[in-house]
Amino acid sequence: MRKDYNLEKRKYIIGGFAFVIVVIFLIRLFNLQINDDRYKSYADNNAFLKKTIYPSRGLMYDRNGELIVYNQPAYDVMMIPREVQAFDTLDFCKTINITPEQLRQRFADMRDPRQNPGYSSYTPQKLITHLSAQDYGRLQEKLYRYPGFYIQKRILRQYNHSTAANVLGNIREVSPQDIERDPYYQRGDYCGDLGVEKSYDEYLRGVKGVEILIRDANGRIQGRYADGARDVAPVSGRNLKLSLDYELQQYAESLMVNKIGAVVAIEPETGEILCMVSSPTYDPMRLVGRQRGEQYKQLRNDELKPLFDRSLMGAYPPGSTFKPGQGLILLEEDIVNLQTVYPCHGGFISGGLKVGCHGHGSPIPLKPALQTSCNAYFCWGLKTMLDNRRSKYGSAANAFEVWKNHLVSLGYGYKLGVDLPGEGRGFIPNAKFYNKIYGEGRWSANTIISVAIGQGEILATPLQICNLGVSIANRGWFITPHVVKEIEDTVLPEQYTTKRYPTIEKRHFEDVAEGMRMAVTGGTCRLANLPDIEVCGKTGTAQNPHGKDHSAFLGFAPYRDPKIVVCAYVENAGFGATFGVPIGSLIIEKYLKREIAPERKYLEQRMLESNTIIYSGVKKH
Amino acid sequence: MALKSINRDEQSFLKGIDWVTVVLYLVLVAAGAVSIYAASYDYDNASIFSFDEFSGKQIRWIGLSLVLGLMLLLVDARIYETYAYPIYLLVLLVMVVTIFIAPDIKGSRSWLVIGPMSLQPAEFGKFATALALAKLFSGYNFSLSASTSNYMKALAIILVPFVLILAQKETGSALVYLSLFFVLYREGMSGLVLVAAVTAVVIFVVAIKYTSTMILGIPSGEFWVFVLVMLLMTGMLAIYCKRVTVARNVAAGFAGSGILVWLLGLMGLHVPGLAYFGVALGGATIYCVVELMRFYSRKIVITLGAVATAVAFLFSVNFVFGSVLEPYQQMRIKVALGIEEDLRGFGYNVNQSKIAIGSGGLNGKGFLQGTQTKLKYVPEQHTDFIFCTIGEEQGFVGTAGVLVTFLILILRVITLAERQPTTFGRVYSYCVASYLILHLGINIGMVIGLCPVIGIPLPFFSYGGSSLWGFTFLIFIMLRIDAARHQRR
Repeated sequence: MRKDYNLEKRKYIIGGFAFVIVVIFLIRLFNLQINDDRYKSYADNNAFLKKTIYPSRGLMYDRNGELIVYNQPAYDVMMIPREVQAFDTLDFCKTINITPEQLRQRFADMRDPRQNPGYSSYTPQKLITHLSAQDYGRLQEKLYRYPGFYIQKRILRQYNHSTAANVLGNIREVSPQDIERDPYYQRGDYCGDLGVEKSYDEYLRGVKGVEILIRDANGRIQGRYADGARDVAPVSGRNLKLSLDYELQQYAESLMVNKIGAVVAIEPETGEILCMVSSPTYDPMRLVGRQRGEQYKQLRNDELKPLFDRSLMGAYPPGSTFKPGQGLILLEEDIVNLQTVYPCHGGFISGGLKVGCHGHGSPIPLKPALQTSCNAYFCWGLKTMLDNRRSKYGSAANAFEVWKNHLVSLGYGYKLGVDLPGEGRGFIPNAKFYNKIYGEGRWSANTIISVAIGQGEILATPLQICNLGVSIANRGWFITPHVVKEIEDTVLPEQYTTKRYPTIEKRHFEDVAEGMRMAVTGGTCRLANLPDIEVCGKTGTAQNPHGKDHSAFLGFAPYRDPKIVVCAYVENAGFGATFGVPIGSLIIEKYLKREIAPERKYLEQRMLESNTIIYSGVKKH
Repeated sequence: MALKSINRDEQSFLKGIDWVTVVLYLVLVAAGAVSIYAASYDYDNASIFSFDEFSGKQIRWIGLSLVLGLMLLLVDARIYETYAYPIYLLVLLVMVVTIFIAPDIKGSRSWLVIGPMSLQPAEFGKFATALALAKLFSGYNFSLSASTSNYMKALAIILVPFVLILAQKETGSALVYLSLFFVLYREGMSGLVLVAAVTAVVIFVVAIKYTSTMILGIPSGEFWVFVLVMLLMTGMLAIYCKRVTVARNVAAGFAGSGILVWLLGLMGLHVPGLAYFGVALGGATIYCVVELMRFYSRKIVITLGAVATAVAFLFSVNFVFGSVLEPYQQMRIKVALGIEEDLRGFGYNVNQSKIAIGSGGLNGKGFLQGTQTKLKYVPEQHTDFIFCTIGEEQGFVGTAGVLVTFLILILRVITLAERQPTTFGRVYSYCVASYLILHLGINIGMVIGLCPVIGIPLPFFSYGGSSLWGFTFLIFIMLRIDAARHQRR
């Protein structure tokens, strides 16, 4: 027997070869199985078909329990392209009431990566949305003939009344941006758009459920995974009780027909918004279902901007409704007391400057000034505050900052924080703003005198104007206005139950309230003088660059223990007394008495029938 | 008396059995049965013993192979040596017959249908070829390097079944026979053959894979193959020819000219790649020829031949790839090299198989919990892709366990081979080791995406009686020969 020891060494080469192969394989396996997590999710995506079960969206009631928004089922036809087999296209089209061309178009759109970036033949794709109940019934019967197709139940919104579209908002399919922002959303989900639907979306939408099905390599469903043990039942959305009084809302909307502007009414004690009208408005049903896209486009292109919620987005010069706030600041800063009088001979005249006023006695103290809406009084007041070099402020700029801070504490200049999306902040200039325009130390009260009467640079939303009324009605505090009164099974966010105190003493509010009462009993707001309700009010006639003056009214009632504060703001409608006061007082009367006294019916009639859009020309915002 | 001697015989052979190998065999077969049960388990699950099911059938095959193994142990070891050639010829005959009478199953004509059973003669060709090869080498004073005719005889024994199986359109099974070159290597074939084979594979892969970017005006794959050829030339001159000075000069020439070309490139003068490599390799060759004229050396001639062959091979790669290989083979190679993905087509199997294995993680999803395999995402999951089930359900622990067990078995077989007192036993055992190495390397390499898809089973695991029986023959004949190693002859 030969034994070649040189050759025997070759066993190490052969054994080593096997060893190296196994080591390479182990490294590869280590990378595949331990280093790389992706394969786990690939396998899950292969095997598990996660079928979403959509919860029903929360309902909305008004403050009196009247159902306003509810759900109706809608049916989407879904398909998993890989599972679809050849089918009778003609019969399919007839069943769901579309033409074969439309179907072909839908297939093409579905596969178009630009329109449907997430297309995959393995996952459910939406073929037809919002099938009617009849079509649904017909298709359901024949569904067994169309493997790969199934029907996904959806929820559409339904509205009991065609009011408050600006407050309620609507729902739409989520956009890719929504999906990126909130991982809860998946393609094809619906989310709230505008209004309460948007701001309370997280409460309303509930929690989606999921049914986990097992799918084999041929796409056939093999049953439920773990007998449904890992399925998640959907949780219905929470119902909301709005603070809106739907009857009042409807009434206010009817008064605002053919007018441009806004009405906001707030219950002062709670900060709850009783009605919130932006005019012109639209029927919320227009944004439901398949026609939503087309309707939305129309609304967006409408010159009168119905989608623009003027009540909280519009920035208007508050005009004389600003004067009660001015009075508060002058009192608080000790610039005036109740005895201080300023002259008014047809207006404020100083250094070649004249701000006109109306005929009334002169000189007058604060309360009559509020009563008669005396421009001169408030101009003198601001001038005294800003231009007195020996004052505690040191300079006009410092004094102006103090003035501005009081206004901010009253809710001007910044978003109030209402529970609706898109709130505007209005505009209150600060000293820096004027320094920039005129140069530091080169401006004085006379330069900016129009801010004293709510004109010039001053802008406010109707909501902010109304909120000033709330502070006065409460004699010194307000709660951030909000439209949701109660959320089912939970409490309101703290900010909607906490009192906010402006930097002004309570007693001054009492005086200003009295001045506003006098304006109703014997001043500019006499039309609001209801026989058995003590109304307080302040008119506003705001000059503006768009044409005829805006007509505004800020009022509350009753004088003692107020229940409602209202702000009516009608664009290009002239004096505050012609539109603002009638509309505001009718709303107060409607809310407190639930009906309009016969002797005031003529006023109601006039408001319902008048048209001020004609004065507005082409609107620009 | 006779009874007594049989008794003694029996005692001695039971004592002589290598129980380590038997245990490894049983472990692998049992693990295979479990895997097949898992791979073919259906949600509407049938009983494990239903003979209609894969797992039921496999258990029958396993039972039969245990009986077969026992029978093989009872046969006198000398029978195998004596009848090696007749067995080989008989199996060859069956394989020839198969080509003509086998039904066409998925394009292959390799199945012989006998009543309820289907057998693949190629699997039995393995042990027969191993016997014949062992018999050839055990011839008196046979030495592979002694004469060319000895080489030819050995090659003939290997290549005849190889060609017959190619004719049955079973490329994968045919490739297995090429693993016997390991045996030839062990028995004296020059190591250069293995080096050449590895070099050829590397050249092929590099030249096919890297064609998209260009270096010096030629595809980067070609560029790197030339660099490789330079390294090969230098290395062979230094190590194989032991002419260190020559190797050093050649290396200096390559390096110097390479740097020159690089610097010229920086200055904006681009030397064409083919011209550079032609000049560099040509210059080195002329230098070697000059050396040859001073001292003749056969090894330098071989080196120059190797370089020429490598360059020629490089230029024929595209021809081989494009014209000789079938389109499906080209696709499989492209998928394995990562040139094309094709997850719905040729890449589907491997992709799903990688998902199955990758999703197993460290500990796996648990027995019968694998979704990829249960839901039939992996095609051929109970035959060629059985390793997926282990990967998915038993995780890295399972796959590493199987690999290590195989490695231990292979090393054990090599140990047995080396302890054989006879050339017959050694060569036969090396054949077994070679088959195992190739099956393991190609099957698992394919399943984890390192090799092109070549349909050969994983020994002891893949479903099917032929494969199991084929390896049972191989292992138990080896054990019987090994058990008889102390018998006087």
